[in-house]
This record gives sequence, structure tokens and C-alpha cells, in this order.
Amino acid sequence: MPLAGGMTLVPALKLRLARPSHVVDIARLPELQGIEAGGGRVTVGAATTHAEVARSEAVRRAIPALAALAEGIGDPQVRNRGTLGGSVANNDPVADYPAAVLALDAAIETNRRTIPAAEFFVGMFATALAPGEIVLRVAFAVPHRAAYRKFAHPASGYAMAGVFVAEHRDGPRVAVTGAGPAVFRWREAEAALSSAFRAEALAGLEPDASGLNADIHASAEYRANLAGVMARRAAAAIE
Amino acid sequence: MTKVSMTVNGRPVALELEDRTLLADALRDALGLTGTHVGCDTSQCGCCTVHLDGRPVKSCTMLAAQADGRAVVTIEGLAGSEGPTGGDALHPVQQAFTECHALQCGFCTPGMIMAAAGLLAENPAPTEDEIVHALEGNLCRCTGYVNIVSAVKRAAGLMRG
Repeated sequence: MPLAGGMTLVPALKLRLARPSHVVDIARLPELQGIEAGGGRVTVGAATTHAEVARSEAVRRAIPALAALAEGIGDPQVRNRGTLGGSVANNDPVADYPAAVLALDAAIETNRRTIPAAEFFVGMFATALAPGEIVLRVAFAVPHRAAYRKFAHPASGYAMAGVFVAEHRDGPRVAVTGAGPAVFRWREAEAALSSAFRAEALAGLEPDASGLNADIHASAEYRANLAGVMARRAAAAIE
Repeated sequence: MTKVSMTVNGRPVALELEDRTLLADALRDALGLTGTHVGCDTSQCGCCTVHLDGRPVKSCTMLAAQADGRAVVTIEGLAGSEGPTGGDALHPVQQAFTECHALQCGFCTPGMIMAAAGLLAENPAPTEDEIVHALEGNLCRCTGYVNIVSAVKRAAGLMRG
């Protein structure tokens, strides 16, 4: 099993939730390093840590919302180890990066092919990656403007609902994480922002609660409401 | 068994460890550096924070093998490294924690100091919000946060001279 930052895998190993015969540290492979901006894209190597994305001048200039998202993941120690590739390959339903990948129409380049964001996240902790397939880098489309807002669980810090709103040349994209079994695009909010890219265009809107996560922390209806609030806050930040 | 070579507090070390050994356990058990505490063992509390190539990380959530070829600094290696007099002088963050009484039971203190030193290395004049954000990965169960934040501010002043 490949190991990058280990922020999910090492705890899973400790709990015996993962019991691989071998663990291979891929974090220092040269193919997985580096951040490049150009041609309307920002391409980030899979082994880039959240702290490196947050600090990157290239990311801050081209997609400040992506740098801010990275700066809000976990805590400083986690950001110094956790990687972009690990986060998207794990596809935790409460992870932040998948929302940016979907809303920024990213392309996920692996050692075998390039997978569009729309086909990458297939369900809770499930992706289109085949066994042995490794994420090399993620190419994000640079939007006209974008913002990410999440309601973090006060103890764990994980998103109970996180919404990434981006305006692209071909229209707005809105991606919701934390609320459902996996990240999803919220088409109704995209349609509303297409007519007017303003927070008030989203007034009263929330995603359908059926199918959203319900647990001891929040009901599905509460998460639906939070997603609406986070979407409006994100839109208000850039309107 | 896995061979791990790294620099710990400026000294090169070569260890032969069971593959699954965590960095925290290698430091404490193989090297006797028990200043690195293991509090929660689940990446929450930050007591095990050390510097890896100059940046704070949680050593209970890293295999020792992941530190191969890297430089690790623990709380034992901090004194003398930044202080104005060098030698055995306390690091300014240690000195400020003493002066501001930024500890009660002291269990979280090594991790708090390593996290704070990591912040100040990157941001020599942090605001209160930045200090709180930087210590988000460290828990003090005595709830002594007010004095801890004061100590980080004082340390920033000491380091600016």
C-alpha cells in the first residue's frame, strides 16, 4: 500500500483498520513534487503538503481560495505532513480538497491516465483509482473567482458541511463536502448563481436532505441547512 | 527490521527498528529522549510534536522509517539552538514559558513549545489569532491557554531582541 503523508493511513494502521502486507513510502518520488501555474491551470504534485500549497506564491496568486482551503485543513502539524494526493485518493466524505477538485474542474493525473474530477469521486472513501494506480498530480482550472467556506466540527475540525463556490468562463460550479456520503456538485445552486452571482441568489436554497449524512453530530436536515449557509457565505465573500 | 538513519538534535543516528516503529517510540525508547510525550496516540493532542526538517510534526503519526535521511529536533535539542548566549541557554520559547507560567501539569508543554517555536521560525511577529491558529493541534487539558498564548507573544519579543 502506498504511503504519502500518512495522516490517515498511519492512524488506520495503528487501529488495525488497514493491515497491508507492505507499505511503500512514495512521498519523496520526484514525479510527485512541485507546483506549476500556466495556461489557465495550476498543477500541484500529489506529494505536496497542505502547508506547501498554503504557502505557495503561485497558488495564492492564481487561486487564493485553494491556498486558503489548504491553510484550513487539520492543524499545523497535519498540514506539514498531509498531502494533496493522499487526500483525494482517500476521498474521505469530510475532507476539504475534494470540494476544490470538483469545483475547480480538476484533472487527476495518475501513473496510467488522466481522470476528470467528475469521474474521480465515486462514493464514500471510493475513487476511480484502480489497485496499484497512484495519483501523480492534480491540475486545477483557474477560476475568475472562488471561495471555500466550511462549518468545522468544533472538536474534530472536520467539515460538517463545506462548500466551494467557483465562477468559471463556462459558468459557476458549486461543490459540497462533509454533508453527503461523498463530495457532490450542487446543480441547483449553480443554476441560481448563473442568473446572478450573488449570495442573495441562493436565499432559501439548500440541498435535498435525503441521502445526506446523519450521525450523532448532526441530522441530514441540519447538514442541508449548513450547506446552504456555507454556500451563501462563500458567494458573499466574492460577489 | 528496518534501518533508519537520521539526524536527531544535530547528531547523526543509525537505528535498526521493527518496521512498524513510530517516530515517537524510536525517540523515546531507542534514543531515550523522553521529553517527547505521547498523550493521545491518535494525532489529536500534539504532545509528541517534534521538528522534522525544521517544521512541527506529530511524531506519533509517523513511522520512524519516514524520517530516514531527515533532521529531527526534539525538545531536548531546542535549548542553546536559538538563544542569545547559545550553549545551554534556554530557547526563548522555553524561557517565556517559564516567565509567563505557561504550564500547570506540564505534560503538553514539550509539544506546545515545539509548535510555538515552529510558528515563530516562520512568523516572528504573530498576532493573537495567528498564535491560536498555530496551536490548534496542541491540547492543554489544564486549560492553561491564556498563559500559553502570552508566553508565545513574549517569546516573539525576546527573539526580536
